Amino acid sequence: MASNAWRSAVSTRNPQLFHNCFITCMVQDPTQFDILVMPNLYGDILSDLCAGLIGGLGVTPSGNIGTNGVAIFESVHGTAPDIAGKDMANPTALLLSAVMMLRHMGLHDHAKRIETACFDTIRDKKVLTGDLGGKSKCSEFTEAICQRVRDL
Amino acid sequence: MASNAWRSAVSTRNPQLFHNCFITCMQTVTLIPGDGIGPEISTAVMKIFEAAQAPIQWEERNVTAIKGPGGKWVIPPDAKESMDRNKMGLKGPLKTPIAAGHPSMNLLLRKTFDLYSNVRPCVSIEGYKTPYTDVNLVTIRENTEGEYSGIEHVIVDGVVQSIKLITEQASQRIAEYAFEYARNNKRTSVTAVHKANIMRMSDGLFLRKCREAAERNKDIKFTEMYLDTVCLNMVQDPTQFDILVMPNLYGDILSDLCAGLIGGLGVTPSGNIGTNGVAIFESVHGTAPDIAGKDMANPTALLLSAVMMLRHMGLHDHAKRIETACFDTIRDKKVLTGDLGGKSKCSEFTEAICQRVRDL
Repeated sequence: MASNAWRSAVSTRNPQLFHNCFITCMVQDPTQFDILVMPNLYGDILSDLCAGLIGGLGVTPSGNIGTNGVAIFESVHGTAPDIAGKDMANPTALLLSAVMMLRHMGLHDHAKRIETACFDTIRDKKVLTGDLGGKSKCSEFTEAICQRVRDL
Repeated sequence: MASNAWRSAVSTRNPQLFHNCFITCMQTVTLIPGDGIGPEISTAVMKIFEAAQAPIQWEERNVTAIKGPGGKWVIPPDAKESMDRNKMGLKGPLKTPIAAGHPSMNLLLRKTFDLYSNVRPCVSIEGYKTPYTDVNLVTIRENTEGEYSGIEHVIVDGVVQSIKLITEQASQRIAEYAFEYARNNKRTSVTAVHKANIMRMSDGLFLRKCREAAERNKDIKFTEMYLDTVCLNMVQDPTQFDILVMPNLYGDILSDLCAGLIGGLGVTPSGNIGTNGVAIFESVHGTAPDIAGKDMANPTALLLSAVMMLRHMGLHDHAKRIETACFDTIRDKKVLTGDLGGKSKCSEFTEAICQRVRDL
């Protein structure tokens, strides 16, 4: 739940609107939030909501932390059986989850390089999979990221 | 509903007189100005209604809880009597006194009048820009049970259990209301929002009652969607949604989410439908004590809630004129309150709407 500092800032900016308005504020200005910790159901809802804010489950990473040092990182989109095996998939969500894993392991340099290569490829817009608005294959998108990461 | 019975009786007795009587007969509404900015935005609404010559007379009441016989917190008897008689209520924001054990005022009202359905139409306001456009949906929230049943207990130290109560009766009632609302407001579809994949018995029961209601209302399209999927899709493309019906907690969250899409609680109307024909319409923003009494408040939320009330009462022409005057004033951008990005006072914004509504 929002900190008192945030609450104070919102109520100063717009005192009439402050009234249990966390989620209202989230869709109006998500930049005001940093880390949000919450129980299970709220997390189920909010994590999907926030994924929607950045583009959906196809580009959102995820990690699950367990006891005894176990951690499993995962893409949270579906299996997409209609495009399986057709070289059309977007690997971004799984790649960013793998980057999350590298950071969790302390391999920050490699994480940064791979993440930068991925984001630069998307920003460049020349080689994008269908769901990102392009016409490239998964293998072409992957190769574009590979070339960039070799140069970084 | 009381007014339907009255309307039917009048039109049967004297069809020729019906139209004129309907237009000129004043209907009394219980007005609960509330706290903080409540009184000034209530005054604004009354002025606009007068300018629009809406056939409404207001009966002001205070609902601050008092201790009744037996030490139970109740709303004052004259407020209850007024609401029971008038059936229609318009309410500004309420603060909950800090006194120990004092109940939430909204909860007390809900229980007193069995306000089982919370309805929030969320429509994009032209002229008040948000990252989302063309939003036009309605959230219908079951407001009596679910995760807010208030049944919690400690199992052992450090382990607490909270009961989510879902009943056949409440689920059926809200589902029926959703389809009735769709029909009365010429909407095309109802979507049940749930997590029956996880909460198989509770949300499963809710979903079943929605499906049964859908079978009885085949003229309205019915779909089902998981809550998390709704949220994911809502922030990407809210235009795909029409009416959403759901249990209490999901409604609490989604109704605020949707309010955020159109600009926040300061511009979102809300209605609470109860049994026995009672309905209380209200602004859902806070009391804003920082700006209370300074002629800075924005009455839009309360005004649009009052417009919702007019529609509920069948006074569609007056509703349309007042709503149009309000939206035109906002679109025009010349006279806007601070929260809408302007520098005008509440009274100036109100007067601008009054002038427009007189010309419509």
